Amino acid sequence: MQNQQVELLQLLQQDCRMPLEKIAVMLGLPLEQVGQMIDSMEKHGIILRYSPVINWDKTDRERVEAMIEVRVTPQRGEGFDAIAKRIYRFDEVKTVYLMSGAYDLLLLVEAHSLKELGYFVSTKLSVLETVTGTATHFVLKRYKSDGIIFEDESGDKRLAVNP
Amino acid sequence: MDYSRYVNPQIAAVPKSGIRKFFDIVQTMPGAISLGVGEPDFVTPYHIRNAAIESLLDGETQYTSNAGKISLRREIALYLQERYALTYDPGSEVLVTVGASEGIDLALRALLSPGDEVLVPEPSYVSYRPGVVFAGGVPVPIKTEECRNFVLTPEELAAAITPRTKAIILPYPNNPTGAIITREELQKLRDVIVAHDLIVISDEIYSELCYAPEGHVSIAALPEMRQRTIYLNGFSKAFAMTGWRVGYLCAPAALMDVMVKIHQYTIMCASTQGQVAAEEALHQGREDGYADVLAMRQSYDHRRRLMFNAFCGMGLSCFEPLGAFYVFPSIKATGLTSEAFCERLLKEKEVACVPGTAFGACGEGHIRCCYATALDKLDVALARIGDFVQHL
Repeated sequence: MQNQQVELLQLLQQDCRMPLEKIAVMLGLPLEQVGQMIDSMEKHGIILRYSPVINWDKTDRERVEAMIEVRVTPQRGEGFDAIAKRIYRFDEVKTVYLMSGAYDLLLLVEAHSLKELGYFVSTKLSVLETVTGTATHFVLKRYKSDGIIFEDESGDKRLAVNP
Repeated sequence: MDYSRYVNPQIAAVPKSGIRKFFDIVQTMPGAISLGVGEPDFVTPYHIRNAAIESLLDGETQYTSNAGKISLRREIALYLQERYALTYDPGSEVLVTVGASEGIDLALRALLSPGDEVLVPEPSYVSYRPGVVFAGGVPVPIKTEECRNFVLTPEELAAAITPRTKAIILPYPNNPTGAIITREELQKLRDVIVAHDLIVISDEIYSELCYAPEGHVSIAALPEMRQRTIYLNGFSKAFAMTGWRVGYLCAPAALMDVMVKIHQYTIMCASTQGQVAAEEALHQGREDGYADVLAMRQSYDHRRRLMFNAFCGMGLSCFEPLGAFYVFPSIKATGLTSEAFCERLLKEKEVACVPGTAFGACGEGHIRCCYATALDKLDVALARIGDFVQHL
């Protein structure tokens, strides 16, 4: 991947609402080229979508999150892909990773209440025929996610005029 | 009590830094955005801070050797070799200082006898001239021209040399203009410097913040120049470590002996934790290809283009800076002096900049704006300046 493409992605990752004109100036590229680069990356599935980072804790929405370790029996010819697909299709499942180590899949699951989450694990996840075990860890607080510190109190500490 | 009869009149005659001029006013304006800073807006990378914390927890609270921890001096020597093809012996030719500022002072005090002249290309950093005066010398400013990219020419240099000229301060990449100097330009200066047997004090504190594809070239890397160069650098700008106060100075051993002597009696050594942090910065840098520096430079480069473009859009003539983190637009078209422009901009639009005159009389007609400022603030500040210029 070209350097310019990486730079462009990094800028979008910081603020995907940044006007294209500004991005073009900052990268020192013609506006048209930036537009083409973005179109192409959208087309090739490099950019999947543009979504905000939300601190749900600051809303009054009831919400429970858990990380669930899942052990599964991989299937002949399919490996882990088929079972991963069966799991990630549930709306409650927000993230799925295939992991090395003591378990196979790591899920980030979201529900409205503890009860609802428990219901999901016991009646939907655990009963899948290839799932051999689960361990559910509830998220108590989110400090940092995707490189963003949620309650960042740092700010500019410099003197207004220096040295 | 009348203290004026006690105070050294030469020191009393030196004006206070022009950068600080509006400091008191800015402090009273909570909504003001300052482009008057001279330091990175990044906090020192965490692994560097953590190294200093670990060192404190380990009880590393003693003096280091006068010249600095030998492990740090070795890292500095390796870094200079790798980045700028400079070869210095860590044992006898590298000195860790309290910022590059101490390095400037040491170099001048080591060299100057009363009345010796030091050439100072301007516009340039505010400390050079006072530093020369404090060391008993005579600063001789040389005006560099915007039409020649604020780069000192061999003709301008030769014209300023007298029998009393001992040294020249070479300030590239330049604060406040953002000018850089190329290898070819350095080679031409070298011929004059060698012919007149001058010492060069090369302040390369912004060497990592060079946005030209060919990168920064040190004059000390040119043939015949190592022996007559006092090389200055530090961690403040490249690694966002201003508050740590760690810089370094490299020079041939015979010159270094003299500078170490002053440092030994006045400073003892740079702070131990600062040195530990600096060592971590260079050590990890060698491991990960200076990832911290590259990421910060890229971010400055984006904002550099943004600010340069904004000033051009305001109809102000603006030199394209290729180094440091400043833009130095001309405000001559507004008919205001630098100082009046900055004062009115601050009072009317709450944006602080530094008048070009803070960097030498030839900075008149310019202002210095630092783009090491958060993007959202930069946008607001540039919009306010645009509005100000439009309604003048």
